[in-house]
Amino acid sequence: MKEFSDSPASEKIPFWFDPKKRAILFQFITFCMVGLLAYYLISNTLINLKRQNIATGFSFLHKESSFEIGESLIAYSAASTYGRALLVGALNTIKVAFVGIVITIILGTFIGVARLSTNWLISKLAAIYIEVMQDIPVLLQLFFWYAIFYETLPSPREAVSPGAGIFMSNRGVAFTIPEAHPAHKSMLLAFVAACMIVYLIRRWARKRQEKTGQFFPTFRVGIAIVLGLPFITWLAFGAPMEMDVPKLIGFNFEGGLTVSPEFIALLLGLVLYTAAFVAEVVRAGIQSVSKGQREAAMSIGLRPALVLNLVILPQALRVIVPPLTSQMLNLTKNSSLAVAIGYPDFVSVANTTINQTGQSIEGVALIMVVYLFFSLSTSAFMNWYNRKVALVER
Amino acid sequence: MEQAVQAEELRPPITSVGFIGWLKNNLFNGVLNSILTIMTLFFLWKVIPPIFRWAFIDSAWHTTGQACRQAAGACWSIIYTNFRFMIFGFYPFEQQWRPFVAMMILFGLLFYSRNRNHWKKPLAYAWIIGLFTMGLLMKGGIFGLKSVESTQWGGLPLTLLLAVFGLTAAYPLGVILALGRRSKMRGVKVLCILYIELIRGVPLISLLFMSSIIFPLFLPEGININKILRAQAAIILFTAAYIAEVVRGGLQGMSRGQYEAAESIGLNYYLTMRLVILPQALKIVIPPTVSILISAFKDTSLVVIIALFELLKTTQSVLSNPEWMGFSREAYFFVAIFYFLGCFSMSNYSRRLERELSRGD
Amino acid sequence: MNEEISINTEKQTSQGLMIEFIDVHKWFGEFHVLRGIDLTVSRQERIVICGPSGSGKSTLIRCINRLEEHQRGRIIVDGTELTNNIKNIEKIRAEVGMVFQHFNLFPHLNIVENLALGPIWVRKVPKKEAEETAMYYLEKVHIAEQARKYPGQLSGGQQQRVAIARSLCMNPKVMLFDEPTSALDPEMIKEVLDVMIELAQEGMTMIVVTHEMGFARSVAHRVLFMDFGKIVEGNTPEEFFANPKHERTRLFLSQILH
Repeated sequence: MKEFSDSPASEKIPFWFDPKKRAILFQFITFCMVGLLAYYLISNTLINLKRQNIATGFSFLHKESSFEIGESLIAYSAASTYGRALLVGALNTIKVAFVGIVITIILGTFIGVARLSTNWLISKLAAIYIEVMQDIPVLLQLFFWYAIFYETLPSPREAVSPGAGIFMSNRGVAFTIPEAHPAHKSMLLAFVAACMIVYLIRRWARKRQEKTGQFFPTFRVGIAIVLGLPFITWLAFGAPMEMDVPKLIGFNFEGGLTVSPEFIALLLGLVLYTAAFVAEVVRAGIQSVSKGQREAAMSIGLRPALVLNLVILPQALRVIVPPLTSQMLNLTKNSSLAVAIGYPDFVSVANTTINQTGQSIEGVALIMVVYLFFSLSTSAFMNWYNRKVALVER
Repeated sequence: MEQAVQAEELRPPITSVGFIGWLKNNLFNGVLNSILTIMTLFFLWKVIPPIFRWAFIDSAWHTTGQACRQAAGACWSIIYTNFRFMIFGFYPFEQQWRPFVAMMILFGLLFYSRNRNHWKKPLAYAWIIGLFTMGLLMKGGIFGLKSVESTQWGGLPLTLLLAVFGLTAAYPLGVILALGRRSKMRGVKVLCILYIELIRGVPLISLLFMSSIIFPLFLPEGININKILRAQAAIILFTAAYIAEVVRGGLQGMSRGQYEAAESIGLNYYLTMRLVILPQALKIVIPPTVSILISAFKDTSLVVIIALFELLKTTQSVLSNPEWMGFSREAYFFVAIFYFLGCFSMSNYSRRLERELSRGD
Repeated sequence: MNEEISINTEKQTSQGLMIEFIDVHKWFGEFHVLRGIDLTVSRQERIVICGPSGSGKSTLIRCINRLEEHQRGRIIVDGTELTNNIKNIEKIRAEVGMVFQHFNLFPHLNIVENLALGPIWVRKVPKKEAEETAMYYLEKVHIAEQARKYPGQLSGGQQQRVAIARSLCMNPKVMLFDEPTSALDPEMIKEVLDVMIELAQEGMTMIVVTHEMGFARSVAHRVLFMDFGKIVEGNTPEEFFANPKHERTRLFLSQILH
């Protein structure tokens, strides 16, 4: 009769049957293989780089770039460094991504709601838009809009004007903007002040409602203040109405605000494409709230606006926000396609840099790092948001 | 006392059924909707007839580039004349039946695979043989077929090739990554997480750049891998990360009971995964997997940036020809139709699958 | 043709009728779901409606608070007629409480917030007072200890009792119950029915769509049987169960009372 010992480990098992030891062995082998592969690749690379006389390291960032960049938010010339050039590219990426995200969210929400409309015509049109725009590659859409600009629009001398001081030509779109005036600074300050005031009013109104039950129309009053305060400031400065109108000088427009064809084509392509996906996200979010929620809220006597604000939206937003941030990240990543139509975003500038310095590894690594930064911050945000609004369940 | 219930033949009010009822309920219910309907109809009336006129009435179909410019409408001749180049790229003219047959085999296999009842072992073998045959047809060199270098492959076959081989190779890799990510072995898990997050965080274009510029650096002098293969590798690595995430979702959705039942029968890790877990998990995530396939199909268009002559680039070459310059609208529209048909049929299929799967077929 | 059975007067108090249906018809597209309903409900009266599925019983009570719209006939609730007039609809909804088959508690709010929502935003009651009312009704349905929990943390029976309390917080004059126990596990049905019985004993006007015949027997003044969009017959529970007058009623009863 065998005696069962208390600790099974006291029995001698050959290590290839012990799961723990097997795991360690397996990982060891994996690491060795990965390590060997990395060693092989890296050593080849170093040899090849040496052979082709390509430098390594990031010292090129301090060298003069000697190429021009079509549009830039900060001062830049061919005499600036590569580092500065890349900064310009990054700012351009942020510019198109920011504007793109704002417009896409608005447009996408609009189309998503339209898709759910009880109006058959509107709902069907929205559905067609969503299906078509999702199924055509974004790069193709970019090329299409870019081509439209160059083939359909005339030269600045014959610019098309849909009115209101806007001039569309194949050199871009020139907008009439208000002439720079000291009033603008004050208006901006007034706007910021108005926002703070509205925030304070909201807190006061909420406390008052908790105490007395009285309802305060914060929304309407808030809008009035946010719009009204800057308006009053404007009036106080004598209502300056001078406009900076683009004038045709020589072959192009001067003055006003000009937006390049590359920017507009990129923006149009990105926005129209991503909005289709956002529309689906919004639609799914709204539909995820069961019909019974709406019925229960109505049967208590809540008005439609309150039903939406207190019951439907909080639940819908939980479902909408995570995939929405995914789509915003996709838009940012897709903006890298700017290199195909000549908009100087980060990838574009990095590409030129790589071509000139030959330092492809550093260049591509930089590109990846920048976009990884965007992705990881977005993931972090999404995780935080999900944790914050998670529905409490058993 | 029995009361016979009389079936009263009362009709619903005329405004709630029939065509008028449909109009009222769907187009004109409420003030806002009625206004919207009228505005939309007006907009459509303004926009559609001119487009129709441009596309069909004033258009030129079989003319030269010169004559096209005289025409007020669309120039479809650009497509008619350049059709074979756009579709097949630089592939030798007389041998173009080969990529054509390859595509037919692919479409045939796809069509046959649509019915889930056919998803048995023979189908898998059919696919393997089919893919092998397609590669053979394209490359040639044996069976009396003239050898065609991969640098000459282009157009639609190239697009399909990149997408199909991409997904086929990425799928097993993605599954392995997903399993690795859920592994209890810390080292393996970390490696997989690093890979997946890195790849998902960067745009495909950076990987394509890497493939065209950096991969050559990884190889010792003298060894050259052609561009298409490198781009294909980049697409595979990229798609695998996304598949890994989707499969991970499926694995997470499996109840612990399945793992425990397998364990209690005495199955080891490999058998558990192969026989119990993966068949169920992979089935659950078929719809998101199809959506990855659709994205991969669209993403093949990006190789235009590294100058591979797939469908989009061949079209652009045609447009840079002085004779056909300036007809981008028509050319891009034509390309868009291909992509649209492909993606639309795939997403339709995916929706159908989703319905079937949720019904528990 | 419906039978209008008049009620045993002892339970009927005064001041006119609570709810009146006058020749009410409703269609879902071509489907004639309510075929001429004539019904009156007095204050403090308790009615149970039963019938096979598809007979229109849910539709009938959902017409009372305008979750469904009727196309012909008139519905009058506490003296106010139900038309497309929003003001009337909102007024009626505040007086009519409804309990749903699937509870429909708001998952993103805790229990007290669920209950206080209506009083705060519809009756404009200060938060403290609303929460006190909420706690009062939570006590009544014997669930006060769960006040700060979230609906997802409660069992089905608990959720339904909270749902009843939520409707009560609005001080309704009528309570509608749409198959309140059909979605519950058997062991939880009793706790909900007990609450409903207590409610009945306090004199609430109730219209209940249910198959729980034990409940009907103990508290209903009238039991109505609906089939194919009509009220086939209605009577006091004793009469209804002992002497059903129509063949269809007999058939239905034999199916549910096994």
